[in-house]
Amino acid sequence: MNIRRILIANRGEIALRIARTCSRLGIETVLAVSEADRGSMPTRHVTRVVCIGPSHPSGSYLRPELLVQAALSTGCDAVHPGYGFLSERAAFARLCEKHRLIFIGPTSDQLATAGDKLAARVTAVEAGVPVAPGAEVQSRQSAQEFAARVGVPLLVKAAGGGGGRGMKLIERADQLDAALELAAAEAGAAFGDTRLYLERFVSRARHVEVQILGDGCGNVVHLGERDCSVQRRYQKIIEETPAPGLPSELRMQLHHAAMRFAARLKYRGAGTVEFLVDVTRGEFFFLEMNARIQVEHAVTEAVCGLDIVEAQIAIASGEGLRLPRGEAWREGCAIECRINAEDPERDFAPSPGIVKSVRWPTCDSLRIDTHIEAGSAVPPFYDSLLGKIIAHGRDRAQALARLRAAVTMTRIEGVATNLGLQAEILSDPEFVSGGVDTGYFARLLARRPVYAGAVVHG
Amino acid sequence: MNLSAREIAEISRLLEDSSFDELELEIEGGLKIYLRRGGARPSPLPASAQPVAAANAAAASTANAAVPVEAVSIADPALIAVRAPLLGTFYRAPRPGEPPFIEVGKSVEPDTTVGIIEVMKLMNTVRAGARGVVRQICARDGNLVEYGETLLTIEAREPA
Repeated sequence: MNIRRILIANRGEIALRIARTCSRLGIETVLAVSEADRGSMPTRHVTRVVCIGPSHPSGSYLRPELLVQAALSTGCDAVHPGYGFLSERAAFARLCEKHRLIFIGPTSDQLATAGDKLAARVTAVEAGVPVAPGAEVQSRQSAQEFAARVGVPLLVKAAGGGGGRGMKLIERADQLDAALELAAAEAGAAFGDTRLYLERFVSRARHVEVQILGDGCGNVVHLGERDCSVQRRYQKIIEETPAPGLPSELRMQLHHAAMRFAARLKYRGAGTVEFLVDVTRGEFFFLEMNARIQVEHAVTEAVCGLDIVEAQIAIASGEGLRLPRGEAWREGCAIECRINAEDPERDFAPSPGIVKSVRWPTCDSLRIDTHIEAGSAVPPFYDSLLGKIIAHGRDRAQALARLRAAVTMTRIEGVATNLGLQAEILSDPEFVSGGVDTGYFARLLARRPVYAGAVVHG
Repeated sequence: MNLSAREIAEISRLLEDSSFDELELEIEGGLKIYLRRGGARPSPLPASAQPVAAANAAAASTANAAVPVEAVSIADPALIAVRAPLLGTFYRAPRPGEPPFIEVGKSVEPDTTVGIIEVMKLMNTVRAGARGVVRQICARDGNLVEYGETLLTIEAREPA
């Protein structure tokens, strides 16, 4: 390894997870923290901590120049961006490149392509990866012509968007004009980019994504797929691998499509190619590429027996893939639950505060990735993820039974959590039978008895 | 030559038990250590400070690293801490070789420039923010300062 000291430009469970792999590899770590995170659990697992700015991320975790300065001043040779914050910001990667810091991730050009939905769509087409019928909105007239040709439902998407922002569903043709106007305004405000495109809306689809690793020279391996169809407003809640009930031919097509896409970019590092899959029609469409490590990477690690952060560092060090070309060995099934500080009984209101006590179950086939313990602060400035529970089993039924038991045994006091709701989902017959679509969670909530205000937390 | 965290802790203990306030140690090979006693007993570290051993383990292996091991305890309520408004490299003078903006004992007004913090070639002026007399300069010229770190202390003085 020619990387000796890494600046971790992130917080929470992923900061701790990166630090753990680094210490196992004998790599020193410098953790950049905001004021709110000075006393956080990850600070005790790194070689050094530097406070880069105030609690609000706009003054700390989202400031490329502060993070690069912190890395240079503390003698780091590489930066790990984690997920969220600056992880997919091409300008941040470029600033690292300019100052000869190794950015543990793709090149800034690859980030720019993956982050621009229109450019990514073009790449997908060039790589022979199916995309939903769609077109860039050149004018109101061109949009109307497209709508007339493809028909409703349609989805308006922002070229610079992500995570569901700037996205509008059009169910009747007469909604088109208003939706375009609204989406352009939203996209302009959120991303400073008013370019839009229209895509056929695939209504009953599953979200299946393929984890890949690329060496930056065109060699790509895949580590199998993950099904992340349990989502609330495009936020994933439960993820599992392999995707249940997927015909093996379709599964293989997805893996190969993801590898073709990444190879076309000569992608460097770990990344995920996301697809919408219509199992009944046997069709799938390219959604986007996430050019970073993802929250749900741990389920892939559980079945592959490899450490994706270690693989990222090895690729960044120029050691290549360390895996035979093609496919990684996988065994069994793994399912992950995200535990968030949010209150499902109060429309998922975030629940910041101080954690009074935490009890996670311990078991060989379980993995808990968390950064909270008794006394931990859950600041209001960041996402509400408290931890992830990952269960592995020889098959889905075993993994599910283990995860259900683990979630039931977990106790977190002091902040409201979604533990109860997660337990409900894991016992719900539709989820248990496997292969739910992305509309599942909204349907589950709709048929759930409402008892708002009746639950006292803490 | 490198020093282990334990050796640095040992050196700082020697300073603590001595009658001196500062210790500057240069070792062949470019390693430079600068220790300053911040208060009478630097035992309870302020929230902003690093656990000494952890911070030094990282810094000690960097060539030319000057390691400030100090705990600035501002027990005196008349002392005002001027804190770093952002992370960066602290400079006491406008340019290398020029006299520093301020020295201990100098009177300052709220808008007096007391230093510069450089972040990626951008120079940010740090002002005193209070009227008074500079009592202590805690941050070392040319060193990394963290957000919120105490740069200097000022003894407040009412306008005459």
